[in-house]
Amino acid sequence: METQETTTQYTAKDFKSDQYVRWCPGCGDFAVLNSLQKVMAEIGIPPHETAIVSGIGCSSRLSYYMSSYGFHTIHGRGAAIATGVKVANPKLAVWQITGDGDCLAIGGNHFIHSVRRNVDINVLLFNNQIYGLTKGQYSPTTKKGYVTKSSPFGTVERPFRPAELTMGARGTFFGRLLDVDLKTSQMTMLAAAKHKGTSIVECLVNCVIFNDGAHGWLAEKEFRSDRTIVLEHGKSMIFGKEMNKGLVLEGFNLKVVTLGENGITEKDILVHDAACEDITFHMKLALMEGPELPIALGVIRDVKEDTYDAAVEAQIAEVQAKSKIKSFDDLIATCEQWEI
Amino acid sequence: MDKTKTTELENVVVRFSGDSGDGMQLTGTLFSNLSAILGNEISTFPDFPSEIRAPQGTLGGVSGFQVQLGSSKIYTPGDNPDVLVVMNPAALKVNAKDVKKGGIIIFDSDLFVKSGFEKAGFITENPFEELGISDTIQLIGAPLSTMTQESLKDFGFEYKTVLRSKNMFSLGLVCWLFSRPIEQAIHFLEKKFGKKPDLLHANVKVLTDGFNYGNNLHLSINTYFIDKSHETPKGKYTSINGNKATAWGLIAAAEKAGLELFLGSYPITPATDIMQELTLRKDLGVKVVQAEDEIAGITSALGAAFAGCLAATNTSGPGLALKSEAIGLAVMAELPIVIVDVMRGGPSTGLPTKTEQTDLLQALYGRNGESPAVVMAAGTPDDCFHFAFMASKIALEHMTPVILLTDAFIGNGTSLWKLPKLAELPEIHPNFSKPGMESINVTSRDEKTKVRYWSIPGTEGFGHRNGGLEKDYSTGSISTDPLNHQKMVDTREAKISNISNVLPDVKVEGDKDADVLIIGWGGTHGHLMSTVNSINKKGKKIALAHFNYINPLPKNSVKLIQGYKKVVVCELNSGQFATYLRSKVPGVEFLQYNKVQGQPFTATELEEHFETLLK
Repeated sequence: METQETTTQYTAKDFKSDQYVRWCPGCGDFAVLNSLQKVMAEIGIPPHETAIVSGIGCSSRLSYYMSSYGFHTIHGRGAAIATGVKVANPKLAVWQITGDGDCLAIGGNHFIHSVRRNVDINVLLFNNQIYGLTKGQYSPTTKKGYVTKSSPFGTVERPFRPAELTMGARGTFFGRLLDVDLKTSQMTMLAAAKHKGTSIVECLVNCVIFNDGAHGWLAEKEFRSDRTIVLEHGKSMIFGKEMNKGLVLEGFNLKVVTLGENGITEKDILVHDAACEDITFHMKLALMEGPELPIALGVIRDVKEDTYDAAVEAQIAEVQAKSKIKSFDDLIATCEQWEI
Repeated sequence: MDKTKTTELENVVVRFSGDSGDGMQLTGTLFSNLSAILGNEISTFPDFPSEIRAPQGTLGGVSGFQVQLGSSKIYTPGDNPDVLVVMNPAALKVNAKDVKKGGIIIFDSDLFVKSGFEKAGFITENPFEELGISDTIQLIGAPLSTMTQESLKDFGFEYKTVLRSKNMFSLGLVCWLFSRPIEQAIHFLEKKFGKKPDLLHANVKVLTDGFNYGNNLHLSINTYFIDKSHETPKGKYTSINGNKATAWGLIAAAEKAGLELFLGSYPITPATDIMQELTLRKDLGVKVVQAEDEIAGITSALGAAFAGCLAATNTSGPGLALKSEAIGLAVMAELPIVIVDVMRGGPSTGLPTKTEQTDLLQALYGRNGESPAVVMAAGTPDDCFHFAFMASKIALEHMTPVILLTDAFIGNGTSLWKLPKLAELPEIHPNFSKPGMESINVTSRDEKTKVRYWSIPGTEGFGHRNGGLEKDYSTGSISTDPLNHQKMVDTREAKISNISNVLPDVKVEGDKDADVLIIGWGGTHGHLMSTVNSINKKGKKIALAHFNYINPLPKNSVKLIQGYKKVVVCELNSGQFATYLRSKVPGVEFLQYNKVQGQPFTATELEEHFETLLK
């Protein structure tokens, strides 16, 4: 790989492939794709040093739409394949594109293990709470009771919450974005790219055909700023159209208060610490639900920890520094051997 | 002291058997290596239960290690032992019927007591009579347990630790029996226990006492002498098992190709040793990911192949089943990867520690769609090295998954191995794209060989999107065009069948003028070869064609097979290679000889069967 200093300024266009983007008109995936191309240009890693690995599903088609190296693989295995790519060549920027079915149903095992190992990959988990490519069956994140093609009387299953799985698997980064909120999307993706380790970004995307409005409660422009809070490390947890609402702790629970009411000032509002190792509070933030609490977007957790790929390299370097075996012929020389 | 008689033999078979905790594998390995250093040909076969520690003294926990030593070329670990060493009555019960007439059984007389007989399910207190052991067999009861205790009384070890050294007493005794100088054995122990001086001294003491006990036996028994082999080509040798040889073949290929070696793997008997061997080789830059499952084993390797490594995964039958979909992706994405299947008894979990050749059709056909892959098989423990190397070479030069079949018998068994030098091994030239070829796409290929060009992520100007969807032959974009799909299917098939152009011809061994041709493949080579030789020595004509390359077949295969009057395919399954050959070689009636018992062939049963064919 070329390691020379690059001063090239990239634009989003440099990351677009020549392929026609074939998602349904109005699909939330378009917005995420656009945000990703902008973020990649901003990061400045050239397309040829970027590898995008995807599994199967609508979102996984994304790898065809990028000009970088791409590998559109098989259902659920993206995390394992991305692990192989990154360990094989840690200099590459590796992104994994996956969906709620690909990542949390058929690929659940690979997902938790890549998170546990903390491989330095950036994962965009497109969560539209439905199987789109197979035309509308419920997924592991579909809300209980929801009527789909495979649950004509409503699902009787409890859904996964990706944040819980990530943190339960000892994840070091969890962020969340909403397809239509471009500013927050780019900020969150940029933080994910900068994080060393497995960065999970749950992308709340709308499936116009099979699950339109799944995230409608928070997506509606009119109410969005009252129903979501964008978390940033070191900043007060203040939100709302008027930026006059804030989060405080009451006992073990979070509560929304209004600045200026009952003597509440900015000093009373919690300050976000994304770098705190303990998952307890990050979990509370990630699991906030309406209508009492806003949905958390942005960077919820961003903790420093050694990465798997770097540890593999370091161990090899350490052994190589000590070992006298430098080649296959040296290895052969170590055999118990005799002349015949 | 009575004089003992020394018999000079061309070859001899020794089997060590005891509880799986008795250290029989170590004893057997030390004895084999010792003999190899003294210039004997060796071939070994460890046979152990799948239970790690079954209840002591029971039939289920019996573990064995067999070695054949020879002063001339030997091909197998032998069928029936001349000398059987048993550590308890259960081991006697499992093995006694196999001992040759005129052979020797050495047993630990301390454990040949009522409680031991009961655990092994003997009804009487005379197990030898109960088993109807021939009078021609010499029985040597030695109180191994009490003598080991006596030997170590000054060491202050716990009773349990003392008993663990019992195997060294039996090794010393066997060394005496076979006129092996124990200095070399002591040298091995120094290597093994060098960092634990207490254990080293204890083991050396017990070994020496065992040897002296034999020397001072107030019994007249046969001892054996096996001369140096004069048939082995001159050179430097070691002994190696098939799994280690496989791992080293991959290492050599990576260095030859100038690539990093990446193994994605999940532990599975009897293939795990390959992974463990490769994890040791961080000094050579080998990257091993112990994955969360078999699927992640191969898919992480496929990611590494995409990123430009020599990628490999190792497994056994059930794992190969789990890897099927990913092998299909490797076929479709035309990425190089080596899949090593150390076959064991199946189906399902089957017989995890036992050998079989029942994965052949799975390797050839066990995928969705028209999905051709290279399939090859190693024949002996030492040539696992060669075929792992060649599997890598073919994968890299032809951009294809290669499935290398070995089995529990050759994977765990050892043979002599002439040490190679990297410079002597064939060159490997992966089919990389080169500067100036920037206009190519993901499906661009050498039109003659049909091999796709390999562009490595990180290289400017060669960005591409690969994947499991069908691609357009010319543009590399995804395509569902009917005629294009046909063309791509034909291209992938042609790429694999073209490989036969670079394969060596299959050889005829034995008597080339014979009317009867024995056909074998993979790990049965030793048994088939020694049987064919033995029959030819009697003046009867029989030939062997043993296959290592299965898909594609070597170019001369069809004509060669069609040239014989009677063709018999011998394999450790119900006829999988025979079925395959019927689809490839017209006009031949393929007879079959099959065995599916989790055990290798025996030369005896093969010889009996071949004799009937010649009538």
